[in-house]
Amino acid sequence: MRLLDLLFPERRNTAAIARDRLKIVLAHERASASAPDFLPALQKDLLDVVGRYIEIRDDMLRVNVGRSGETSLLEINVELDGATIKPVKNGAAKPRPAAAPIAVAKPDPGSHPPWVKPG
Amino acid sequence: MPAKVIVLTSGKGGVGKTTSAAAVAAGLALRGNRTVVIDFDVGLRNLDLIMGCERRVVFDFINVINGDAKLNQALIKDRRNDNLYVFPTSQTRDKDALKRDGVERVLDELRENFDYIICDSPAGIEHGAITALYFADIAIIVTNPEVSSVRDSDRIIGILASKSRRAENNMDPVAVHLLLSRYSPERVEKGEMLGIDDVKEILSIPLLGVIPESESVLKASNTGTPVVFDEGSPAGQAYLDAVARLLGEERELRFLKPERRSFFRSLFGRP
Repeated sequence: MRLLDLLFPERRNTAAIARDRLKIVLAHERASASAPDFLPALQKDLLDVVGRYIEIRDDMLRVNVGRSGETSLLEINVELDGATIKPVKNGAAKPRPAAAPIAVAKPDPGSHPPWVKPG
Repeated sequence: MPAKVIVLTSGKGGVGKTTSAAAVAAGLALRGNRTVVIDFDVGLRNLDLIMGCERRVVFDFINVINGDAKLNQALIKDRRNDNLYVFPTSQTRDKDALKRDGVERVLDELRENFDYIICDSPAGIEHGAITALYFADIAIIVTNPEVSSVRDSDRIIGILASKSRRAENNMDPVAVHLLLSRYSPERVEKGEMLGIDDVKEILSIPLLGVIPESESVLKASNTGTPVVFDEGSPAGQAYLDAVARLLGEERELRFLKPERRSFFRSLFGRP
């Protein structure tokens, strides 16, 4: 078997891999090119607020601006699966310590809630 | 016919912008159009070398923008073709010396004397590159069949659609064309390189031409001769085809079949 592999190495079509990677990355970049500049700051503020009640990692909250038909949508996705609810004392929990700078939210076609049609 | 401003741009460096600008300008001149090719790469000028006029540069683009020299003092007439002029840039200044209103004034003066004004853009998406594309009527996106070049081309296409003069003034959009360079049919056939259809589909802009990877391009730059003057060069012929398409003619794509080397040739090298 090893000898056969040596004699007939598997031809990987790397051009097809390049094409698929480009399609995905450009779909993301074209969508985020039209996103307003305030999205990262909004995402940070939302993380602070949500983080008072739920243990949440930075990558569990995503903010996108998109369209659904005629309507412009501000879409906020909070992933709750696996998140722990914080005990709330006297109304609100303490604000969480300042978070590290947050990467710009990249729209992810796979992460749309069921009521938003991607694109 | 009013003069047309054509920018050759790519985002990524090293894809063949200057080679293509020299070839397209020379091709347009060979077809009888009065053509000037301007180097927008302030501080890193190379168009003069590619055009073979590096020892004739006295005044440059920045001198003319600043009013230190007249246009006809800075333009260098090509020795091979009477229709062709080179407008070199400064090697000592930086890109911020390109003031937009100064560039506009110089372009307006050139419009009166030329049919085509070819702008050779610097790489990147900074001030120099934006200034080079800002006044364009037509953009030729020079792209290699390679992921980083295609991605940067997509970015530049977006910038043309939002930051050019035509976009800002709600005029007809810049006519954007794809020039696929350093294309190797052999490697595409083996599945090692993005094909024409792949790049066309991803960027979704019309194809102006495909320039095969060719030894003649390096030889041409060694001697300071735009590659279209080398009649035996496949790349030169492919550039001339692209120029014909730019002028509205229909030309079949050529040089896209892998070259079959005979057993003897591969043994003894090229004849």
